[in-house]
Amino acid sequence: MAFLAQLAATGWQTVLDVLPIVVVLLVFQVAVLRRRLPNVRRIAAGFVYVLLGLTLFLIGLTDALFPVGETMARQLTAAAATLAAPAWSDYLPVYAFAAAIGFSTTVAEPSLIAVALKAEEVSGGTVSAWGLRIAVALGVALGVALGCFRIVTGTPLPWYIVAAYVVVIAQTFRSARTIVPLAYDSGGVTTSTVTVPVVAALGLGLAANVPGRSPLIDGFGLIAFASVFPIMSVLGYAKMASWLGRRGKTGNKGNTGTKEEQP
Amino acid sequence: MLLIDAATALGRRMRDAVTDLAPIVGVIAFFQLVVLRAPFPNLAEVAVGLLCVVAGLALFVQGLESGLFPLGEAIAQGFARKGSASALLAFAFCLGFGTTVAEPALIAVAAEAAVVAADAGFVQATDAARDAYAFNLRMVVAASVGAAIVLGVLRILKGWPLHLLIIGGYVIVTAMTLFAPAEMIGIAFDSGGVTTSTITVPLVTALGVGLASSIKGRNPMLDGFGLIAFASLTPIIFVLGYGMVV
Repeated sequence: MAFLAQLAATGWQTVLDVLPIVVVLLVFQVAVLRRRLPNVRRIAAGFVYVLLGLTLFLIGLTDALFPVGETMARQLTAAAATLAAPAWSDYLPVYAFAAAIGFSTTVAEPSLIAVALKAEEVSGGTVSAWGLRIAVALGVALGVALGCFRIVTGTPLPWYIVAAYVVVIAQTFRSARTIVPLAYDSGGVTTSTVTVPVVAALGLGLAANVPGRSPLIDGFGLIAFASVFPIMSVLGYAKMASWLGRRGKTGNKGNTGTKEEQP
Repeated sequence: MLLIDAATALGRRMRDAVTDLAPIVGVIAFFQLVVLRAPFPNLAEVAVGLLCVVAGLALFVQGLESGLFPLGEAIAQGFARKGSASALLAFAFCLGFGTTVAEPALIAVAAEAAVVAADAGFVQATDAARDAYAFNLRMVVAASVGAAIVLGVLRILKGWPLHLLIIGGYVIVTAMTLFAPAEMIGIAFDSGGVTTSTITVPLVTALGVGLASSIKGRNPMLDGFGLIAFASLTPIIFVLGYGMVV
């Protein structure tokens, strides 16, 4: 019975959430472009699916994804919590967990696979889709682990992010023009709907369990790390791949699979 | 026949959702069994919740693919082919705003941010105050994504170089963090990453690539991408600004 009540309440909220995009699409299709709706039944069925799906997802979010992130943060800090004055190195399991979550979810991320295939196409085969996926996943793993280190030490978030921006800007001016938009976009797409809640809850749980940290000031920022680091790794990997490709070409004249990078 | 098609499509989405979730479950299981050697509390409840996530995500994506995406893509292409620039920009704003308001990851993070802000005494610890905080945050972020898509479409129309705009954005963000309240900085930086997932990316990419391929002298590879990059940068600026004003 409690589940049904939760379902009804979440369902109504979902209707309100999805309504704006439906209204936008209908108004522009019918009133501005003046075209008839194709496949009205299909669209209506799709709308019902979206409502039902989002409702179930939000229930699972509060019942599973948030608690999982918080529980892991609490359990992984339990050993350090018994120490009188834990140092940052007492939280090694946390960094390892963060890196593992970052790597494994990113390698399997469908939107990253799509971006990687496009990058392979743009670069004319110099950048391999698999290599790029590994590079981005390593970037996210490093980023999320570094983000946990920041929460544990309580150092200000802007220092890290601004430093990352400086690196990205420097890389941009040394990269091929074709790869830059893809690299910037990859920062946004690597954080999937399932990963975001787990990682967010991990950061907040960590800030709540490390002595002297406030969740509001220190708990956020992991997702920011996970969005900036992929830009660096895509640009870095593309640079490295084109350098290796060029070197392979001068060493072996028969290799014609690579394309020269545009200056 | 239609029913069987729908069932197989749904099954495929189900598999995709499981693939999304499997790495997380695998890593957690490994840490529980090998590193922590402790049982996971409330395992049954969490398992039911995970089933809800899988079923919900499958239905959600299937619904988007069969209903909203074809419609959105058709409109985006319709505007790309003809239509006035002002109507196109209005559509760009509404598309960014509408898709972001319904983004599950944003709903999740806004709710969590409201609880944390209330616990820290930043807003009042009542349900109404928390809901208002989460709602305002989502509206600010949605408006910022609307603005981002408008800017991105203008960039494609005018052919401005992407990296200069992004670097300009980085400079603005850096300057704003010096003045913004510390309570908003973390949330602001995170909101940049959460805006762009399930709904926003496909619809916005369709608009960008459609526009770039229909305008003469634009390369879809070079000019079609970059809308998402704006959509992950402007929320930081808008939320920092919101924190400075409120």
